[in-house]
Amino acid sequence: MPGTAPVVIVANGGSNINSVRWALKRLGVDSRLSDRPEQIASAARVILPGVGAAPAGMSALQRRELIDCVTSLQQPVLGVCLGMQLLFEHSEEGDTPGLGVIPGRVEKLSESPQVRVPHMGWNRLQLVADDPLLAGLSSAWFYFVHGYAVNPASTVEHALALSQHGREFVAVARKENFYGVQFHPEKSAAAGARLLKNFLEL
Amino acid sequence: MLAKRLIPCLDVANGQVVKGVRFRDHQVVGDIIELAQRYAEQGADELVFYDITASPQRRSVDTRWVERIAAAIDIPFCVAGGIADVESARRVLYSGADKISINSPALLRPTLITELAEAFGSQCVVVGIDSLGTPAGYRVKQLTGQPDSMQDANRDTLDWISEAQQRGAGEIVLNCMDADGVRQGYHLNHLQQARAICAVPLIASGGAGTAQHFVDVFQQADVDGALAASVFHSGQIEIPALKAHLHRAGVPVRLTRNRQCQNA
Repeated sequence: MPGTAPVVIVANGGSNINSVRWALKRLGVDSRLSDRPEQIASAARVILPGVGAAPAGMSALQRRELIDCVTSLQQPVLGVCLGMQLLFEHSEEGDTPGLGVIPGRVEKLSESPQVRVPHMGWNRLQLVADDPLLAGLSSAWFYFVHGYAVNPASTVEHALALSQHGREFVAVARKENFYGVQFHPEKSAAAGARLLKNFLEL
Repeated sequence: MLAKRLIPCLDVANGQVVKGVRFRDHQVVGDIIELAQRYAEQGADELVFYDITASPQRRSVDTRWVERIAAAIDIPFCVAGGIADVESARRVLYSGADKISINSPALLRPTLITELAEAFGSQCVVVGIDSLGTPAGYRVKQLTGQPDSMQDANRDTLDWISEAQQRGAGEIVLNCMDADGVRQGYHLNHLQQARAICAVPLIASGGAGTAQHFVDVFQQADVDGALAASVFHSGQIEIPALKAHLHRAGVPVRLTRNRQCQNA
């Protein structure tokens, strides 16, 4: 579609928005930040970023009247970090209802002497389903920063990859056109660039 | 399994990377973007940029270089120095930094830690601590960027680590000043004491001289990351070789792309 940005990043107030833009730019792809429903709906691909807490993340979408817009998208959508968590039905963080486009629940990671929360740093994936989003990434490391995560038991059919921090959690999920990654591909070096490239080629 | 992180620290003065010994006599070691890209390509897990001139001069970080770094590199980075309120933190984070690290301003006004954690989440808020061994135990120093402005903060280091966590710090960087720049190894005892009371990620700083020093600090003090400057800037330790050494010693590390290809 002429005049349509190939990728629209939902401007939901998250502080990692520019990092996602720069990561796309390093792949030679222009993106547009927008909180306008018609621009988001007409994009070829949509990224829902997010850093911070689930209640603030949901109210940012509500305030901009974006909930119906995002839940009715038909093109590939990628939720990143908090943006992934918001795709699910419910988050324990502030007892917050999510967008509900992927069945499942977000729960607090529990800490123990060996398991520090937030889960901060580089971790690996265990692929549990084949998907073009994860092509070439079976042994890759990704950068995570989060204190909550999707419980695998709550979304068995929709988990593409798990990771482990004290217990297993969902690192990558998909239902139809909605994808979510708990890590930050925009900060995950070559592996992250490959994942974004895979998303752009879906 | 979560990898242990290697974190080159780039001290920034007037827009260039510098390094001094025991916080003195800074020498220019290179261009920020060039060094940042080199470290990212070599497999550094994260970078810290510490604006050593911002805090003593009581000015905030110049965010133009923060933006240039964010555009250029694809690994997380933290900016330290001169962040004393929510607004300056917001500028740095929105310029593309993943975390902000506060040191002297948190000592002067500890509620700053809570304000930042509430505004951006604990995961963005690192508290840096400069600790010096004294006959009375380890004590916190402040305004350490330049020797003329350094002061005792009248705090015990371990007490301050506990307080910083309670107030919302998501990570602690413990810099052992008597070890800094002299390459005789991390202060394992002090880091072990800190680890015992630190439930959030703990980063060791000060003293790295050999690859074995990194093995020791990960295995004996169970820190989450190790920060170093001079051994990396001088080329004395190359990150790919260091990671291979750590891997052989059984420390979980993120091996770089090249390394993975060689193994495949």
